[in-house]
Amino acid sequence: MMTNLQRPLPQPTDITQPYWSAAAKGQLVYQHCPDCQHWQFYPRAFCVRCGSDAIQWGEASGEGVIYTFTINRRAANAFMKTRLPYAVAMVQTSEGVKTMANIVNADLDSLYIGMPVRVVFEQINDDLALPQFQPA
Amino acid sequence: MSQSLSRSIAIAGVAESDLGKVPGKSALELQAQAAHAALGEAGLSLKDVDAVFAHTDDRFSSLQVAEYLGITPRYVDSTNVGGMSNIVHIRHAMNAIASGMCSVALITYGSTQLSDGSRKSGAVAADSPSTARGQFILPYGHLSPIGYYAMVAQLHMHRYGTTPKDLAEVAVAARRWAQLNPKAYRREPTSIDEVMASPLMADPLRQRDCCLVTDGGGALVVVSAERARALRSKPVYVQGIAETYAHHYTPFNTDDWLDTGVAATAQAAFDMAGVTREDMDVVQIYDHFTIGVLQSLEELGFCKRGESGAFVADGALAPGGRFPINTSGGGLSYGHPGMFGIFLVIEAVRQLRGECGGRQIADAQLALCHAPGLVFSGNTTMILGV
Repeated sequence: MMTNLQRPLPQPTDITQPYWSAAAKGQLVYQHCPDCQHWQFYPRAFCVRCGSDAIQWGEASGEGVIYTFTINRRAANAFMKTRLPYAVAMVQTSEGVKTMANIVNADLDSLYIGMPVRVVFEQINDDLALPQFQPA
Repeated sequence: MSQSLSRSIAIAGVAESDLGKVPGKSALELQAQAAHAALGEAGLSLKDVDAVFAHTDDRFSSLQVAEYLGITPRYVDSTNVGGMSNIVHIRHAMNAIASGMCSVALITYGSTQLSDGSRKSGAVAADSPSTARGQFILPYGHLSPIGYYAMVAQLHMHRYGTTPKDLAEVAVAARRWAQLNPKAYRREPTSIDEVMASPLMADPLRQRDCCLVTDGGGALVVVSAERARALRSKPVYVQGIAETYAHHYTPFNTDDWLDTGVAATAQAAFDMAGVTREDMDVVQIYDHFTIGVLQSLEELGFCKRGESGAFVADGALAPGGRFPINTSGGGLSYGHPGMFGIFLVIEAVRQLRGECGGRQIADAQLALCHAPGLVFSGNTTMILGV
């Protein structure tokens, strides 16, 4: 999608690239530590819980619940102004990861803490998709 | 921190600069104005200053301030951990003075963000798109810090049944204090209904749940307790002080957003001071957002978890209320030039000196200042005594 308005987009690093490459193919992956079984977000070169450098990528269920959320009535940038009002949520996934996303394809008045949600990918361009969540 | 440092330093001078809308002055000029006034209170001059502590949105803040004031210090600290930074500077000055690295510490802050229009979107300067924040927060249009505290408020309401009216009580109490403070920026009367009718920013927070955006600066002068007793002003001693940290702008690993490390920070400060929360005469809590005050009251232990809504009801925080706090009018009504930590200290010192006129807390002997930094990223608690 082309737009004249600049949207802040992620610039992957070598360590975060697998997350974004998977998302571009419609997959959600998080890091998993084989030593302490911790699912880790955001990606790092080591397990932030136990220090292990054996951290691996694993496919996530894509399922979670809204931990908390807000409905933005003011936009953080000119691009998001075109989407007002929009929901931003902290999603707690079934792996125990907390991650941020917009809640899309939803009646904003129907959102609640604890609401089951499922990942959906917003395609930005050929190389980039943003993981988002929608009501499950 | 070692109890032996309790009451080892004192705040000997405090001042704010012009505050509110101050076009035509730079942030540095506001800091200089406050610095001159704070040193004057103590009977000291710029020549006596050998350490500078400063944080603004600019880098190298302490050098900028030192150069402008013509000071060539032997100790500087530009630590910037958000709105709590200037209180953290006091703790760092305590260590520097105790170890002989400096003797007269000047601590400043200043901003012209109202005149600059730099906070119109409620957003602070963005990080690079390759940072964690740049990759995992900014693409989603999250307002910071408002969005984070909106999420905290949403969680508080969900878990405890807290209401928009409970939040509005905090804003109205702040305004009633501001009406007793000639230096406060917003002094016109307001009401619960008016606050609850202000525009939604990020649900459930409304415009009037958010601190002001103003210009302004402040300065503190910190010296050893012994030296303070020889100065012009009444010494206010740092009796206990602590700082702790949890994260930067990406709190993905904070388990419970209603349990943000305040309790442990405050306990460390109380232990160092050898006092309890029940001993406090004056309480100054950083009020960036109304929900922040409710959350801090609970985590500081002034009320039980989940009971802050009932605790603040019926004007409890206002003049004449059951638990009067934030006597300057706070960030919600006195002024908020981006970082408020220094202004909590200025008001607490003035209360302990008995200089607050119509808003004076009777016989104030002990004061607590509590501030978080960034988005519940860190905490500092300080106990001041006379």
